[in-house]
Amino acid sequence: MHLTLHVWRQKSANDKGRLVQYEVDNISSDMSFLEMLDVFNESLIAKGEEPVAFDHDCREGICGACSLVINGIPHGPDEGTTVCQLHMRRFKDGDTIYIEPWRAKAFPVIRDLIVDRTAFDRIQQAGGFITINTGGAPDANALPIAKTEADLAMDAAACIGCGACVAACPNASAMLFVGAKVSQFLHLPQGHPERARRVKAMVEQMDAEGFGNCTNHYECMAACPKEIDVRVIAELNLEFMKAKISGRE
Amino acid sequence: MASNAGVAQSRALPGPVRFITSSIGAKVVMAVSGFVLVGFVLVHMIGNLQIFLGPEAINRYGNFLQGLGELLWVFRLGLLAALIAHVASAARLVILNQSARPINYSHNDYVQVKFAARTMPISGIVVLAFIIFHLAHFTGGKVQPELFHFQDELGQHDIYAMVTLGFQNWFISGFYIVANALLALHLSHGVSSMFQTLGVTAPAWRPLTHALGPVIGTIIFIGNVGIPLACSLGLVAIPAGAM
Repeated sequence: MHLTLHVWRQKSANDKGRLVQYEVDNISSDMSFLEMLDVFNESLIAKGEEPVAFDHDCREGICGACSLVINGIPHGPDEGTTVCQLHMRRFKDGDTIYIEPWRAKAFPVIRDLIVDRTAFDRIQQAGGFITINTGGAPDANALPIAKTEADLAMDAAACIGCGACVAACPNASAMLFVGAKVSQFLHLPQGHPERARRVKAMVEQMDAEGFGNCTNHYECMAACPKEIDVRVIAELNLEFMKAKISGRE
Repeated sequence: MASNAGVAQSRALPGPVRFITSSIGAKVVMAVSGFVLVGFVLVHMIGNLQIFLGPEAINRYGNFLQGLGELLWVFRLGLLAALIAHVASAARLVILNQSARPINYSHNDYVQVKFAARTMPISGIVVLAFIIFHLAHFTGGKVQPELFHFQDELGQHDIYAMVTLGFQNWFISGFYIVANALLALHLSHGVSSMFQTLGVTAPAWRPLTHALGPVIGTIIFIGNVGIPLACSLGLVAIPAGAM
């Protein structure tokens, strides 16, 4: 396959950055998208040019490291798929592909296609956990949880924190992420004692990081590689209102 | 970290202010004020549709509203407060949301975003301009003052004559039609969003809440556009020889 790539090149956080056009040859349709970039980078190195920096780790679709906007869609055209699980057979010989980093004030570009996603870590640190005492593991059946509730918690917990929701949102809002992180504890009894404090602290941190505000476009849900449902945003809204109105800590 | 300074800054504000300036609180302001406004729009439309019943019905209705006296001002000020909250919160959100993505994608492809949702600020601004025009027109009598002082046989303000003659002007009825089309577009996203913002989560409700916006938008469009259109086309007019 022959491809024309338009890749975002940016030397550092302070560099202005620009799209650079490249021609790439000898791409097999069996390659994954990231393998295509690997081959492309080898060709750049052979020419003595600086390879394109991009985030990746497990290449199994479960770590949340890869983060490319391909032709305007985070993680590319396949639904429910991370970039690493996108394959070149999805493209045709001679295609033009635009590759850009996540775009958000809260996710500043570090280099080329790599963005700083520590804003998500700080939101998690603000309250996205359960404070527990260590000790012997409790009996597995001591705390019954309805299957339907466990399913809702697990669906939310599928979030890998990649940030595609922010990248996809016209407002660069992080509400799908924060909703998922709040919802996963909301449906489990262990999450209940700290629920009011958790939602208030996480929303406060989210707002301080400079993410936009949800205006119910649901583009996040379409982009999410784990297909997290926007019901987690409705749950986040209700949970936040309850916490604020009740004044509970 | 700048973000921690932001948290400290927000904590210095009083509780209710912190709530309405938070991302979710601002959405709640939009939803609740929007609920008040769409409720008014529906009642206003139903009231105005009485024009199709003839001069007696609509003039009696107008006289009834004017007869509310001080109570009328309670409603007016309540609506004004909802409108100010809605517009102020929206303006702030638009600015925040634009600054949340300082560099846009060179190549953008939305999968899910609807036209109505993307154009909320524009449709909102046109509707706001329309509200001011509409108040100046039929409440203040500043646009067509020559039509504002008719009285019917009972000595009541002749709304029927004012409206039917007013909409003979195609520029005016055209603006009413365009503005109400945009209002319908605005509501098709806004009404459905209200339920999501206020936390309606049950999946079984989703088809209903998603449909309610377009349905209410369509009802408003038909009802509100029907009046200027019928008057412009002469379908609703003063009977010959009545004046």
